[in-house]
Amino acid sequence: MMEIRTPKTHKAKRVLEKRAPKLVENGKKTLILHGTKTSATLSSVLMELYRLKKGGAIKYSRRNENIRPFESGGETSLEFFSQKTDCSIFAYGSHTKKRPDNLVLGRMYDHHVYDLIEVGIDNFKSLLSFSYDKKIAPHEGSKPFICFTGEGFENVPELKQLKEVLTDLFRGEVVDNLNLTGLDRAYICSAISPTKVFLTHCAIKLKKSGSIVPRIELVEVGPSMDLVIRRNRLPNEGLRKEAMKSSKDKPKKKVKNVDQDDVLGKRGRIFIPEQEVGKTPLPDKSKGVKRERREGKLKKKSKEEGSASKKHKESE
Amino acid sequence: MDTEMDQIYQIDVGNLLAFNPNHRFSSAPSSREELVKECVTEGTKLVQAIADTLFNFPSTESVDGPLVQLPPPTTKLPREKHLPRPKPPTKWEEFALKKGIQKRKKDKIVYDETTDKFKRRHGYDRVNDDNDIPIIEAKASDEPGEDPFAKRLDDKKKRVDKQQKNRLQNLKSAAKAGALPSHVQLAASALPITGTKAQPKKLGKEELGDVAGLAATSTASGGKFDKKLPGEKPPKKQGKHHKYLPVVPRYGWVDEEKEQTNKVLGKLLSKHSHEILNVGKAINMYNDKKEKKKSGRSDKLKPKKDITKKKPYANKANK
Repeated sequence: MMEIRTPKTHKAKRVLEKRAPKLVENGKKTLILHGTKTSATLSSVLMELYRLKKGGAIKYSRRNENIRPFESGGETSLEFFSQKTDCSIFAYGSHTKKRPDNLVLGRMYDHHVYDLIEVGIDNFKSLLSFSYDKKIAPHEGSKPFICFTGEGFENVPELKQLKEVLTDLFRGEVVDNLNLTGLDRAYICSAISPTKVFLTHCAIKLKKSGSIVPRIELVEVGPSMDLVIRRNRLPNEGLRKEAMKSSKDKPKKKVKNVDQDDVLGKRGRIFIPEQEVGKTPLPDKSKGVKRERREGKLKKKSKEEGSASKKHKESE
Repeated sequence: MDTEMDQIYQIDVGNLLAFNPNHRFSSAPSSREELVKECVTEGTKLVQAIADTLFNFPSTESVDGPLVQLPPPTTKLPREKHLPRPKPPTKWEEFALKKGIQKRKKDKIVYDETTDKFKRRHGYDRVNDDNDIPIIEAKASDEPGEDPFAKRLDDKKKRVDKQQKNRLQNLKSAAKAGALPSHVQLAASALPITGTKAQPKKLGKEELGDVAGLAATSTASGGKFDKKLPGEKPPKKQGKHHKYLPVVPRYGWVDEEKEQTNKVLGKLLSKHSHEILNVGKAINMYNDKKEKKKSGRSDKLKPKKDITKKKPYANKANK
């Protein structure tokens, strides 16, 4: 027996519509969680990643023992969480003897694992260890600049994938209009060797220069770490093709009552409701209609009648 | 600025992304600080390159600052969900397509002919309201005992149910094609017991305790030594429930036992004691008992005496 379930509140309906597949998608949310064991560096990495992506990230604090992204059965928990929280990127941290300070960055397509890349974290410097002028501290949720340096990002396939994943991770929402005063952060990723990437987060200082374009100065503020490539998993071709598909045209907004005429140009139609001039209700301000006057009149009338009948009786 | 280097950088303004594929980091590791410095300077160059293009865009002034129209991003990134799939046409839509029926816009206000007024189509005081019909003329085909008003309600209910069924079928076919509308969920409701439509009744806390107690009494020791689960309450007092009055009455209190016996005696020896007795019932009880005794209490166990059979030595005594 099937039954149709629809949301009973408007809010629930809006949430469902927000999560539905659309032509133009919302920004990807990140899910941050960790496995059975985490080291101090790894937990601070996850915490700071969450802070950087505040507003577009969800951090789970409990440990998850049954998540093994690279094993065939170990992804079910991740997929379930992704479904529940509507997150399409995840950062899973774990610390084992074999893979110390391990971070797995992965993406989801339709809440199933699309691709994975595993990096180890070296030389981590927390954002608390950087001292800088607090005025230039980047605001939460601002759109960042993302810079990649190094030929490794072009030649090495793992680094290519890492570049794509990092872009997806740091990008945030795709916006049409940008406020130029709100540009205050930049992520610098440099491929210092074919297996190592140096990642750092800087604040932007705009300095006066001769032209409209200000001179940019970067000050390191945020966490900086070395990412050592370990394992990765590329998406299979069919899935990749499907995920990269995009519809070219945006949904055409129907404009009603507008015609394009070659001779006359753009014509619009205006509808005016019928004016029933005779039937418009005018306020009846005539003196005789007011309730008090009416009642007074009635009283008077009955009084007169009463007196009349009395008179009549008397006369009789 | 380094305009030559600009052309070599790969810049995606829509994403605020820049890539310099040509820089080569020295494989000989210089000190950490120098490496970091080098990375930051390279990054600065890239950000400068993006900012060059960005600040040269036509900007509109707004309350917060200069707004700039960003071009769409050029780097292709995978989608997070599939593209919305087209909904398969519903049964009505297919039929309409085949017959060439066009959709017609319905007006909210319709002219009502019974009262010469314009009334709304749906809602309060609507056109053709079912409840407003005062008289339904009888047709030749009508049966004499049928209530036409009830029949109308019944017909409407059937139509509504049919529509619900059709809607469900349409949604099922849409779900099959993967195009279920986002706010609708199809769920399997509770499975009924085979044959019945009734859903299994959910037992409450006390009922479950009672049932557990009943089950416990079926054990050899009457459930007294059964291992109890954590949270399970001890069984309620089992066996006969006696209420014994205190033998020695409490100081200042009425002697309850004396009162009890006095009450009974009073009723028996009172003036109207015959009225207490339900004479009819007493007679019936007495008669029943007598009859039972006559017919033999254990009818089935004792062999039935056959009266027609004579005793073998009856005549010998008379000789």
